[in-house]
Amino acid sequence: MRKIINKWLEVIIFILPAIILLLIFVVIPAVKTLSLAFLNAEGQFVGLLNFKEVLLSSDIINFGRFPFKSPPWGALIHNGIWIAIHLPSVVALGMVLAVILRDAWGGNVIKSIIFLGMITPMVVGGGIVTFIFDEHSGVVNGVLRFLGQDQWVRSWMVYPDTALLALILGSILLWTGFSLILYSSGLSTIPQEWYEAAEVDGANSIQKFFYITVPSLKPVTITVVSMSLLWELKVFDMVYTATGGGPGGSSTVLALRMYSLAFRALDPNRSAVIATLLTVLTLAIGLLLARSTNKIQE
Amino acid sequence: MKKKKFSWKQAIINIIAWTVGLIWIIPFMGILMASIRPQREIIHGWWNLQEVSLSLANFGNAWSHPTAPIGAGLKNSLLVTVPATVLPIIIATLASYGLMRLRFPGRRAILVGIILLLSIPQQMVAVPLFQTLLDLGIINTHRGLIITHTAWGIIWITIFMRNYLTTLPPEVEEAASLDGANRFQIFTKIILPLSIPGLASVAALQFTWVWNDFFMALVTLYDPAKLVATQRIPLLKGQYSVDWGVLSAASLLVTAIPLLIFVLLQKYYVKGLIGWTSK
Repeated sequence: MRKIINKWLEVIIFILPAIILLLIFVVIPAVKTLSLAFLNAEGQFVGLLNFKEVLLSSDIINFGRFPFKSPPWGALIHNGIWIAIHLPSVVALGMVLAVILRDAWGGNVIKSIIFLGMITPMVVGGGIVTFIFDEHSGVVNGVLRFLGQDQWVRSWMVYPDTALLALILGSILLWTGFSLILYSSGLSTIPQEWYEAAEVDGANSIQKFFYITVPSLKPVTITVVSMSLLWELKVFDMVYTATGGGPGGSSTVLALRMYSLAFRALDPNRSAVIATLLTVLTLAIGLLLARSTNKIQE
Repeated sequence: MKKKKFSWKQAIINIIAWTVGLIWIIPFMGILMASIRPQREIIHGWWNLQEVSLSLANFGNAWSHPTAPIGAGLKNSLLVTVPATVLPIIIATLASYGLMRLRFPGRRAILVGIILLLSIPQQMVAVPLFQTLLDLGIINTHRGLIITHTAWGIIWITIFMRNYLTTLPPEVEEAASLDGANRFQIFTKIILPLSIPGLASVAALQFTWVWNDFFMALVTLYDPAKLVATQRIPLLKGQYSVDWGVLSAASLLVTAIPLLIFVLLQKYYVKGLIGWTSK
């Protein structure tokens, strides 16, 4: 009897505090959000009506403008474009730079410089991106003027057709440090003999990169891709600081729409729809990641 | 490292590497320059060096800005971040050890549940969380934000520490239990000391994430005097005209703390990031 009490006492002390906090501040609120997505403002069950209204609204997908007119194209499309540009860029940059910086003189210093973007709070990142694309003080426009490309000189964040692009380019600058660090540590696990064997067979650097480095780094790539996808889907801070989603919604993203609907428009139900969509997407990525790395083992 | 004579390949690699390094440092250079020079010198490009006057006036102005003083923000950030780092580490380390060693029904379900929670975005809880904190009387208080970060920290730290603890040799624990030590003694006398490198990684990352957080602070704090540092950055950036000097100085002040953590705990920081993402 005493032993059983002891056993449960252990469970209570070790496990219960975590479970209680997770239930009150994560699980129950998440379930409530899920239920809000299926209710109207009066609290009546309306099925998928909210989902239909949100997905058909021009804030989320703007078929009137996408893809032939300039943004706003809708938050979901904007996140999609973010992924389409940001994801291949950070994967390729991270992998190539990891190889180059391993062999370069002072490579670790340059790695630390690139990693600065990951240390910087993303709110500050939004300020940095606005600054480098500013018409007068921004370095990007300084370079464009120097190259004679005056038609592109402007404050990129205040024009609907450039705000989103500038944010995405800036986010590559800030996020490459993440993939670079993971790939750098991945590189150190590839046996040097493989490269030496390939050299004996007459392989050049490019061949060695594509036939040894890239396939050996596949586990790292899976991690980099899923973590970057999660970040691209949830991107919020830097957009909030840099443009607030504007001008005219041309750089808004899902997380920002969720926030504005909930805390500005005071429409928790539609906000819950966006939160639920985000969760479905991030859970799917999380499950794929867990499956591919076989994480859920006993 | 083999000694090599000059090679074109090595030269090209170095040229690319340093060009990339230059491209990446320029934006941060710009922030530094804007923070230590007056607005009139940087308005047409901080790279113009005909006239250079250095001053720390921007830092003073950011520190005690009339609408969003960064000094008070940094103090609030510390008041939130320190407990929101310590509390989840204690609670999650206990949980991770319990989930590894204790045998009780529902143990596996709890573990899988926590792994699933890793993928839940904060947006999914924002609205009901606001209501919960309101009901508990801790909305718009630092305590409310601390407990929110604690709960979110528990998720990843439990999984991280569980992975970490499984790498420890089980023999030491067995020896201790043969000597008659109970669970709590084993945990505090054996497991905790062996976990210090893992805990250092966790502390570095959790501190940085809480310090850099913006979304949860935005949802839970709205009294101007209580805002944390990250919340004050957007307030310093006006809608139309921006005082780049003050914004840059404020940005550097807010970034200084996570930068310090990174420099001091670099080894643990990077190890934690790699371990956390790949396990």
